Amino acid sequence: MATELAPAGAPAPGAGPHPDRGGAAPRTWRPGDRVALGLCWAAGLALCLIAAAIVGYMAYRGIQYLRPSLITSRPRPSADQRGSGGFLDPIVGTVLLTVIGIALATPVAVATAVWLVEYGRPAWLARAVESGIEIVAGTPDIVIAIFGLALFQQSLFAPLSFTAAGGAVFGRSFLVAGAMMALIALPMVFGATREGLQAIPRHLREASYALGKTRIATIRRVLLPAVRPNISTGAALGMGRIAGDTAIVVVLLGATLQIDPTGNVPGLGVLRGTGSTLTSYVYNNSPAGEGAAPQKAYAAAFVLLLIVVALNFAVDLIARHAGRNGLEGTRFSA
Amino acid sequence: MHRLRKPWTDRRAELLLGALASLVLVSILLMIVFVAIRAWPSFLHNGLHWFGAGGDVDRQISDMVNTGADPAPEDYALSAWPLIWATILTTGLAVILGLGFALLAAIFLVEFAPSPVRRVLSPVIRLLAAVPSVIFGLIGILVLAPWINEHLVSQERKASVQYVINLSGTGLLVSVVILTVMITPIMIAIISDALYAVPRSWREGALALGVNRWRAIWTVSVRAVRPAIVAGAVLAAARALGEAIMLSMVSGSKGFAPNPADGLTFVFEPMRTLASTVVEDAESLNAPAVRASVYSFALLLLFSSFMLSITAFVAKLPMKRYGTGR
Repeated sequence: MATELAPAGAPAPGAGPHPDRGGAAPRTWRPGDRVALGLCWAAGLALCLIAAAIVGYMAYRGIQYLRPSLITSRPRPSADQRGSGGFLDPIVGTVLLTVIGIALATPVAVATAVWLVEYGRPAWLARAVESGIEIVAGTPDIVIAIFGLALFQQSLFAPLSFTAAGGAVFGRSFLVAGAMMALIALPMVFGATREGLQAIPRHLREASYALGKTRIATIRRVLLPAVRPNISTGAALGMGRIAGDTAIVVVLLGATLQIDPTGNVPGLGVLRGTGSTLTSYVYNNSPAGEGAAPQKAYAAAFVLLLIVVALNFAVDLIARHAGRNGLEGTRFSA
Repeated sequence: MHRLRKPWTDRRAELLLGALASLVLVSILLMIVFVAIRAWPSFLHNGLHWFGAGGDVDRQISDMVNTGADPAPEDYALSAWPLIWATILTTGLAVILGLGFALLAAIFLVEFAPSPVRRVLSPVIRLLAAVPSVIFGLIGILVLAPWINEHLVSQERKASVQYVINLSGTGLLVSVVILTVMITPIMIAIISDALYAVPRSWREGALALGVNRWRAIWTVSVRAVRPAIVAGAVLAAARALGEAIMLSMVSGSKGFAPNPADGLTFVFEPMRTLASTVVEDAESLNAPAVRASVYSFALLLLFSSFMLSITAFVAKLPMKRYGTGR
């Protein structure tokens, strides 16, 4: 199959240049090289096919099973699929968790990137922070989740979640899950911001210093506005990671179907309470979970996929917009 | 612009930003400490048997649930080899299968794709990398596993092992196939980034010497990005290692070590990785023995991912030196 995809045509024996060399036309190449070229094409096209198959199949199933009533009604515990309601709460949960996570991650990530690029002293600390971020990026989400549980079950963090009658801290709530989600989104925002900062040429900073601005004033007035598109890109990527993460939700959000506030303070109660997201809803309703309602799982997965695709699209949009307005680092390189 | 607040001094800003940056290090430190403390009893009471094979892991863990608040040392008995083996097997096979594919796809993307194809392909790769694992798991358990169960696993094969394990379509094959699809985009992204960064003149030099384009790419570009290939494989392995949800859905979720000596049955055998064990047993953490075991799995994962991160970091060093790195 692979060789068929290669730009076809048999070489005229002896007509072309030496098989090892040869011109631009692949048909003058050695058979081995042509096979390799064909494999390259096959790999590229297979990638497109796989992606199209996944998205297409999910769209087909999603449109087949998605009903407006599913989005607007709350889930109810029920043995019967028809009585178990929709997934309004999981959608709200996904949005809430994404907002909490990215709101916590962005300031820290941007501050870290700014400190690393603009100050970075002492050097050993800078190197430690840099490799620390790589380590966090490589840490499995399930380990982060289980660490969050151990951390937030300490009585010090009792206000963040539900406390049982015996004094045992439950350690599972939107705040707790959001804090751990921030750890997952952090490397993405950090990476994008740092890349933007490094792309800004030195003379821009020096111009600002020459006007008598301090370093921090330069950062706030010159550098941060210039890297805003990078920060948005990183944030959108991070939000995609958060919205798509399941392990942290399963372990740290308490696995109640409905959003279940703790305490009587409106708003804060929800943050301290438990709930579910689209990912945990899909997981629980798949044959692997208890619900075994595949149709609802498909519908919820489709909504989730739409969110992720939208965030991906936002990344593209930001990049294109920034490119058009010349906001990317390239603007300064002329 | 009039401001009531005094502007920040550089000194204060540097300290504040530095403190925020150190938060990352603090959280890593806390992570190691908390996980290690909770995991300690399991390693203490099992010693090196922890890593060994012996007995049924699933039964060992379910026996722990009812051991009360203060379990005796023998209640911690655990031999985690089937879980470790399943983790090695899925991660290793997925990386090996994915690497060649990723290299070819990256070369195609950077060198051969006509620009309309490239404009489609790069967002597609990003999208594939961003699809949540639970969606992959859903497709695996609702589409691939039933299909394999119906068309590839014969009744005789099921009957031949029915007293040991139950072949139902979920197992090694589905796990590795889906895991490969999940981690390949990561490798493609890293390798193609590096290929883009190879100076044009290097390849042109090779072309000017008269080799064809494929040879120029294979002998110059690919050789120059070898560190990125290693780094990509290692980072993809880290991702595969920590994949919990998707594998818990499609792996068959049984503490069984698939045995290559079983012939073709091997690829259909169910198993469960360390990460999915953590996710599935996170419900029963109230029993101290289960808690220690689950956290010991997490500690092993944490340690392995550290090692992989460091390997990737070291692998990328030579690229920084001659400027083809990022």
